[in-house]
Amino acid sequence: MLRQSIEKLGHRTIQGVWRIGFAARFFLAVLLHSGTAFRRFGLTIREMYFTGVLSLIIILVSGLFVGMVLGLQGYETLQTYGSEEALGVLVALSLVRELGPVVAALLFASRAGSAITAEIGLMKATEQLSAMEMMAVDPIARVVAPRFWAGVISMPLLAALFSAMGIFGGYLVGVQLIGVDEGAFWSQMKNAVDFEQDILNGVIKSVVFGIAITTIALFEGYDAPPTAEGVSRATTRTVVTSSLVILALDFVLTAFMFRGLS
Amino acid sequence: MHNDNLVEIEDVEFGYGARPVLKGINQTARRGQVIAIMGSSGCGKTTLLRLIGGQIKPGQGKVRVAGESVNELDQTGLYRLRRKMGMLFQFGALFTDISVFDNVAYQLREHTDLPEDAIRDLVLMKLHAVGLRGAAQLMPAELSGGMARRVALARAIALDPMLVMYDEPFAGLDPISLGITGNLIRRLTDTLGLTSLVVTHDVQESLKIVDYIYFVSEGVIVAEGTAAEIQASGLPYVHQFVHGEADGPVPFHYPAPPYADDLRLGAQRA
Repeated sequence: MLRQSIEKLGHRTIQGVWRIGFAARFFLAVLLHSGTAFRRFGLTIREMYFTGVLSLIIILVSGLFVGMVLGLQGYETLQTYGSEEALGVLVALSLVRELGPVVAALLFASRAGSAITAEIGLMKATEQLSAMEMMAVDPIARVVAPRFWAGVISMPLLAALFSAMGIFGGYLVGVQLIGVDEGAFWSQMKNAVDFEQDILNGVIKSVVFGIAITTIALFEGYDAPPTAEGVSRATTRTVVTSSLVILALDFVLTAFMFRGLS
Repeated sequence: MHNDNLVEIEDVEFGYGARPVLKGINQTARRGQVIAIMGSSGCGKTTLLRLIGGQIKPGQGKVRVAGESVNELDQTGLYRLRRKMGMLFQFGALFTDISVFDNVAYQLREHTDLPEDAIRDLVLMKLHAVGLRGAAQLMPAELSGGMARRVALARAIALDPMLVMYDEPFAGLDPISLGITGNLIRRLTDTLGLTSLVVTHDVQESLKIVDYIYFVSEGVIVAEGTAAEIQASGLPYVHQFVHGEADGPVPFHYPAPPYADDLRLGAQRA
């Protein structure tokens, strides 16, 4: 019994390590075969429409509500210290540093990541990828790389829109609904938010998240067993793994970016 | 190599992991012929096509197409050779996000610099050859199984290949579509000067159109010959297969313990 458990554990560990190795090789192959994605940029733009443009609604609406909640909660806390005018700073820094990149990435993984996995997985299950190979067209270059770069380009743009919408939501609740001074709201925000330390670091985070999500989504689809159950499980794994990786990467990046900042 | 042979398979062995699938296959396909590869499910027929297409490599032996050793080619060489091959997958494997027209035009756009006008004419000619010129603007989801297979056939011959491989082209087709597909394979082979390799279970339909047949069983070729020779064959396996008999060298029952033991009849009596 004990021996069987140890064997099972060993088998799973070996499988896990093997899969990580395969994923790393897959990632390198995508980078090496990215020429087509740029030479025929129309392919990448088409995928940007599916991954980026079609994610706009969920990103914008979520951003608005997150900003509105931040406005309410922030005002509640700040008024205890008589600093309601700092509401703009609180909303903006929370969004551009953390919530914008992280929540947008989580939504992107759920909306676009799962769709990418399902699409690639079904293409594999219905032999479309094999057909492409038999037509002397490399599926990594033709199908995978354009989707990868579309995700990497779309992610920071979506995160920026999420933050902008969130700030607008905070403004609606803080200034228009509660009555915080409008001048103080914007001017304090402008003074406190640093382009390099806050905005640029937020953009870097969302680019890293974009790379992670699209790599996971594409790999899971490409590696999915060619059955309905296999594709379904791969889609679930994409959302779960991407979400955990986003949160873990966020911690690591935050630790490097914002240590020592006052 | 015989000049007439487009495909030559010599002593090929292949296995998935520890499970051997092909155990020393020797086979040739002469130019301009329709060759059938038959055998029961899981006997390694599709594996043979994948070896010829270079999707997998044999553990031992050689696979040559047009004099080139497929298993020794790098990716560039393999892709160059595949431009001269077409493959019809079991359910067509059409790209579902683009129209019938774009599916057939796919290879022409990927591999040639032809102007769009020329591509349009070529695509319509290929679709006309399979009788589906009028379906050019339909999406794959709007096609029946037989139509999808014919579109896939038009796509497979888009670059005028020298070899077309068919993986179960008759599976799941109604009698009309089955007859149409069979006739198309024969007619396209003759008019375009192709060589066709057909993996199939469908004995009656394939005997009408093929020039030569290989029977594969348990990883080896157990019989070969022309349609007439196969029909007259006295080999028990071929006889069972051609006449669709339920029992014979391929048993009806999957290996199992004695029936009485499984039903625990002895235990009840005791």
